Amino acid sequence: MGIIQAMHVVYEYVRRDEEGNVEGSIRAVDDVNLDIAQGDFIAILGHNGSGKSTLAKHMNAILCPTEGTVWVDGKDTRQQEAVWDIRHSAGMVFQNPDNQIIGQVVEEDVGFGPENMGVPTREIWERVEESLKAVGMYQYRKHSPNKLSGGQKQRVSIAGVLAMHPKCIVLDEPTAMLDPNGRKEVIRAVRALNDVEGITIILITHYMEEIIHADKVFVMDQGKIAMQGTPREIFSQVERLKGLRLDVPQVTLLAWELKKQGIDLPDGILTAQELVEALHL
Amino acid sequence: MPILLDHVNYIYEADTPLAQKALNDICLEIPDGQFIGVIGHTGSGKSTLMQHLNGLVKATSGHIYFDGEDIDGAGFDKRALRSKVGLVFQYPEHQLFEIDVFSDVCFGPKNLGLSQEDAEARAREALESVGIPEELYHMSPFEISGGQKRRVAIAGVLAMKPRVLILDEPTAGLDPRGRDEILHQIKSLQEQTGMTILLVSHSMEDVAEYVDRIIVMNQGSVMLDGGPREIFRHYRELEEIGLAAPQVTYIMHMLSEKGLNVDVDVTTIHEATREIVEALKHP
Repeated sequence: MGIIQAMHVVYEYVRRDEEGNVEGSIRAVDDVNLDIAQGDFIAILGHNGSGKSTLAKHMNAILCPTEGTVWVDGKDTRQQEAVWDIRHSAGMVFQNPDNQIIGQVVEEDVGFGPENMGVPTREIWERVEESLKAVGMYQYRKHSPNKLSGGQKQRVSIAGVLAMHPKCIVLDEPTAMLDPNGRKEVIRAVRALNDVEGITIILITHYMEEIIHADKVFVMDQGKIAMQGTPREIFSQVERLKGLRLDVPQVTLLAWELKKQGIDLPDGILTAQELVEALHL
Repeated sequence: MPILLDHVNYIYEADTPLAQKALNDICLEIPDGQFIGVIGHTGSGKSTLMQHLNGLVKATSGHIYFDGEDIDGAGFDKRALRSKVGLVFQYPEHQLFEIDVFSDVCFGPKNLGLSQEDAEARAREALESVGIPEELYHMSPFEISGGQKRRVAIAGVLAMKPRVLILDEPTAGLDPRGRDEILHQIKSLQEQTGMTILLVSHSMEDVAEYVDRIIVMNQGSVMLDGGPREIFRHYRELEEIGLAAPQVTYIMHMLSEKGLNVDVDVTTIHEATREIVEALKHP
């Protein structure tokens, strides 16, 4: 069994009127099955309202399924007594860095998680140091978080999760509010955690070029998994993705347009280098 | 010339030990009908600059003229300015508050003193121009999707019929189709009405695709100002200040280095496709 496994997961948001009577329900996640292996880099794509954030919130027991079961590191998320263990195994990073940082000083913010877990003081400092180093923010440890750029804040948020020694980090659109450099910094940090530390990454994003190195991509639509495969398999299907309100990286789109003009190119080109080679330059 | 900025400076918490210069000697001309992209890393001063244009923030020194009148001059009607220069903040959907979509969009024009009937006509027109169908008019703003909420919020500003529309990252967090739809609608609005648009964005690809002119902000100053092809030619300088060129521009540079005879100033997929096809035909 992988680090995260979902079987026939359904989640319904129940709508109630002012008296609390049930008015209806919306099925946000609809019969999803997943098995994510430890150490994988997973990307989840999907249009606004496709259910990807709702699904992500099942991965550290913020939400529990209406039907079906989610196991995180072998533990059923519906077991109340397992919730803390689950949240230590699977950390979460959200879109807006300003909502996630609470400390007055960077290193205090990063130390909050392990302190809350009851880690001995000396070890907290060790963890703070290694976490900040892993995301390239160690030289800012004495800074005030509100003086940092968006990308730096987001890396502090990631370090805060990292200090809890998770096996898996779920990132829900961590780059949506960042400038190009901030986006690059965050993605580089996330990839390093996966490559070097072997931490499982689940990345939700609307930026297609961020996920070309993922091991596997899931595309959600109407609460279901509509497509799954390697980035190349997924991005080979330009029209299907556009139909799902998504896109492909610019280089993939360019190659696809060139192919329509009669130039002999394979589907699913993911980098400029691949395009150069395919054009025999 | 609707907007002219003449040596505008802005200092946060001036005359305190925390004083920090946010805008540094800005001189800009913003003529009618342009679609302008404003780019710059977080903290470069772009949002502060935008807030000056409708008088939300007052310059520490320097002058801002709207139609030749100093907006900080005695007797200048700032309230009227705010209906002429509409500002859509980041995540504007957080500001929706009325009981339904239609009432929310009516709020602005009613506040301008228009009759209920006129306000409703404006709201209808604004909602149409952003592609919100009538079925949604009487739904709660909290029952519609993220992209729809965003468009309703933009309609709320459009209903005031501004001459200048400022959008601060209108597509952050939207899926690619939602992003294209909003930008497309803004573009056609500009073409149909001649409205001036200022688009603050972190997406170089979007800016390249839609705007006529780009203003690059860095450390409170205007670093570059020109057409997209010209601006992205400075991609190395842009990288140094945390920005970049559109991905397609890098691809063209790489193809050119490998000996393909293409124009490296290309900034959109459409242009790139044409260039490469031509270059392959006539090497």
